[in-house]
Formats: sequence, structure tokens, C-alpha cells
Amino acid sequence: MDKLMMYFEYPFVRYALIVGVLISLCSSLLGVTLVLKRFSFIGDGLSHVAFGAIAIASVTGVSNEMIVVLPVTVISAVLLLNSSGKAKIRGDAAIAMISVGALAFGYLLMNVFSASSNLSGDVCTTLFGSTSILTLNPTDVWMCIVLSVIVIAIFIVFYNKIFAVTFDENFAKAVGTKSDLYNLMIAIIIAVIIVLAMNLVGSLLISALVIFPALSAMRLFKSFKSVTVFSAIFSVSCALVGMVVSILGGTPVGSTIVAVDVFAFAVCYLVGRITGRGN
Amino acid sequence: MSLIKAENLSAGYDSDTIIEGINFTVNEGDYLYIVGENGSGKTTLMKTILGLLPPLSGEIVFGDGLNSKEIGYLPQHTPVQKDFPASVWEIVLSGCQSRCGIRPFYNKKEKAIANENIRKMGMTDLKNRCYRELSGGQQQRVLLARALCATGKLILLDEPVAGLDPMVTLDMYRLISDLNKSGITVIMISHDVAAAAKYASHILHIGDMVFFGTNEEYRQSKIGKYFLMQGEMLGEISNDGKKEAK
Ligand SMILES: Nc1ncnc2c1ncn2[C@@H]1O[C@H](COP(=O)(O)OP(=O)(O)OP(=O)(O)O)[C@@H](O)[C@H]1O
Ligand SMILES: [Mg+2]
Repeated sequence: MDKLMMYFEYPFVRYALIVGVLISLCSSLLGVTLVLKRFSFIGDGLSHVAFGAIAIASVTGVSNEMIVVLPVTVISAVLLLNSSGKAKIRGDAAIAMISVGALAFGYLLMNVFSASSNLSGDVCTTLFGSTSILTLNPTDVWMCIVLSVIVIAIFIVFYNKIFAVTFDENFAKAVGTKSDLYNLMIAIIIAVIIVLAMNLVGSLLISALVIFPALSAMRLFKSFKSVTVFSAIFSVSCALVGMVVSILGGTPVGSTIVAVDVFAFAVCYLVGRITGRGN
Repeated sequence: MSLIKAENLSAGYDSDTIIEGINFTVNEGDYLYIVGENGSGKTTLMKTILGLLPPLSGEIVFGDGLNSKEIGYLPQHTPVQKDFPASVWEIVLSGCQSRCGIRPFYNKKEKAIANENIRKMGMTDLKNRCYRELSGGQQQRVLLARALCATGKLILLDEPVAGLDPMVTLDMYRLISDLNKSGITVIMISHDVAAAAKYASHILHIGDMVFFGTNEEYRQSKIGKYFLMQGEMLGEISNDGKKEAK
């Protein structure tokens, strides 16, 4: 405990905690919608796109990676969410295609053009998040706070519309709700969350932040509101526990958080089974 | 001016034309039944009217004063995922989404409307239950309550009584009829030709033969006589069954 208190003295630890809580909150909010729309893998696909974008940014020497990464990811999200349903290639196949394509392309770029001596270390950091969350500077933190607050505010304001569009898009359209617009909004928010979450868990593990809270909540609760609230609480608690464990134990942040998520999911699953609340 | 006017309308999916050459008009206060066999394109037509599918050719003209915010809709199949967490209350309330407009949250009045429609459907006790744990008929009533929440001028119902028990079916017919009398235009798809003959003001029959006209005209027409007679025969069979059971 003393050791923990001592760590809290360091600003970078506090930054990491703030960022971790915000990101886990944001990702869990939209997780429910993504899981229900059968887009669980979109987080994965987009994070690989973001990885590719980072590769481009670092190769071309852009100072602030965000300038490249955010727009590229947003555009991919819009394309992916829009194409599914209409396109000849099914949604999940399209995601898989873009996802591995971007991953390969990004690694290739980094390999061919990178000046860094520790290439595999760099790649590993981008993929698994490693310790980069402990090296955040105040600008990163503020950026994260601002974007998170925007995401949370949008989610609360459009909560009822998001429910309507997720539950029954045809009905929503028939009664005059601009469902395309809301789908677009959902896509953009997801992209923002993905880019934010890359800092925390790295691009390979983002899906975990999106789907575990939602799936766990769906084991225990049966209304949209309770599922949303529980998954937010679940996600933030797991992120906090994960970060504390990783600070104390010196384990990598991202994978520790995800491990806690998996464990907590198992607990929810069992509780759901025993109380007969799940199905 | 009429509320909806379809002119030489063809509907279908992409290049796949399901129905063509449809002409009909719906005036305010009408009660239009759309009848026809399975697969004849009734649902397709309704989706085209709602703008969920683009018309392949021809056109649908909406009278002024009708916008989609005053339309209620009961789909035939709601592709809700099996594990969707949603309570009866949340779903019925979402019927008010068009009343709500860009305002983020539902107000007291909209909640009262939702409550009232839940009561009308006899679902008050199930209000907080999870939708996916209800029986088929109960789910149908939830979606009807939602459609009623959305209605202002026009309601489109795709087989609203499918899967309901006889008592509730009768209630439903009364309810829709009352709705119609209160000035709301009803377009309804149904296989119950007897009910169509009883309640409809107009009937649109689609299939190999297309017919559109008033209820009276339909009953006098060849196609109408044929289908009504079939309906009566089926009715007699089930009546006989009941007699024998006694
Ligand atoms: N999404 C779709 N894409 C392509 N064809 C479709 C689609 N949905 C339905 N069809 C076809 O359109 C035709 C008409 O279907 P529709 O659902 O309109 O029939 P219906 O009159 O409502 O039948 P029912 O009485 O069984 O509800 C059918 O032959 C069906 O196979
Ligand atoms: Mg149908």
C-alpha cells in the first residue's frame, strides 16, 4: 500500500490512471452497440489501420502522429460501417481484409524505411502498448481528456437515438430518424476511441476493451440501460485494477488490463450461470 | 389531395422485380387492407411505401402535410438479435423517437404515451421484462405498442395479428378500428380476408391478379368473391371442428 502511495506521487502515474479510466469508460460505452450490431471485430480492424497509419507517420517523419492517424482511422471506420450490409463483400470479411492488409503494409513500411535501431521493439510497443502509457506527456493527457469528454457527452446526448438505431434500424428509418447519420456518428466515435486506446493497450488488444465489458454485462443484465451502466463500471474497475497490478508487479500495462478483463468476464459468466440470469 | 398515391409502381430488390403496375390511392381516414398470398410481395410493397426500399419504377406521391415523423410501423419480422438486452419499456418508449426529434431525452408526455400504450396492450405487468424472454405473441404486442407510440396520422401494420390468440386478435381489430375512427389512416397487411371484408374501407389485392378498390367493389369483383368464398370455407371447416369437439 505504501508502495502504491509512493507511486501516486509521480505525475506520470497519475496521468496514466486518468487516461486509463477515461479510455476504458469510452470504449465500454460503445462496446454494447458494437457487439449487438455484430461489429465486435471492427475495433480490431481499425486498430490495425491505425497501426498502418502510425507506420506512415513515423516513416514520413510527421512530428505529431495524431494528425495522420486520427483522420485515416476515421475514414476507414466510416467506410467499414457503411459498406457492411450493402457491399458484395460481407462486413466481417471486409474488416478482416483491411485489418491484415494494414498490418502487413505498416510493418513492411517500418521495416524498409525505419531509421530506428530497435525496430522490433518499436513494433512490439505499437502492437501491445507496452509501457508507453507511463511515458505520457501533459499534451497527450489533455488531448485524451478533451476527446474523452466529447465522446462521453455525445454518447449521453444521443443515448436514446443510439438505442433506437441499434435495436431496429428499419423502424427508426420508417419513423423518420436519420439512422445513416447516427451510424456515421457511431463510426467516427469508434475511430476516435480506437486511436485513444492505442496508447493504453496497443493495437492488438483494443478489441478486448470494447467487447469484454459488454459481453460481461450481457451475462447479468437484461435492459439496455443496465447493460450500458454495468459495462462502464466493469471496464473502469478492470482498467484500474489492471494498472495498479502492472505498476506494482512491473507487468506490461495493456496485457495486464486485458487479463483482468478476461478474469472478470469469467466471474460474470459463472454468476450469470448460477443465478440463471444469463442464457 | 390524397395522402398517398402510387402510380404504376414497381417494387422489388435491385434487379429483382417482385410486383409491378401497382396503382392505388389512400386518402386521409382510409382503412386499406393489403391482401395476397405468401410471397406475393406485400411486405416488399410496404417497405417501398415507407421508403426503406427505393421504387424500381413508377412513383409514390405523398400528399402535403405527411412526413415520416407521423408514421407508425409494425414490421413483420424484426431482425432482433437473440441476445439483445432491452426491456419492454425501453422498446415501447423508442416508438416516441420521432416525437422526440432532436431533443436528447424523452419528456413526461412521451413517457405517458408509452405507458398508455403498454396498458392498452395489457403488458403493464411485463413492463420491465426483457424482450427476448417473452413469447412470440407478447413480443408482437410490444412492437404494436411501439408502433402506436409513433402514430400521428398514418400507421402501417404488417400482419399485426399473426401469432396472437383469438381474444387478443379481436381486441386488436377493435383497437385498430378505433384508431381509424379517431382519424388515423391505416394500411394493414393481413391474411384474414373475413376481417378485411368487415373492417376495410379499401382493399388492395396483389398477386397474379391485382385489384384495388373499395371494400364493396372488392366483394362484387370476381377475385374478391373467390377469395372471400375460400375464407368462408376455411371458416366453416374450423367451425365444424369446434362443433365436433363439443
Ligand atoms: N431481402 C430480399 N432480397 C431479395 N428478395 C427478397 C427479399 N425479401 C423478400 N424477397 C422476395 O420477394 C418476394 C416477396 O416477398 P414478401 O416478403 O414481400 O412477401 P409477402 O407478400 O409479404 O409474403 P408473406 O405473406 O409470407 O409475408 C418473395 O419471393 C421473396 O423471396
Ligand atoms: Mg410479408
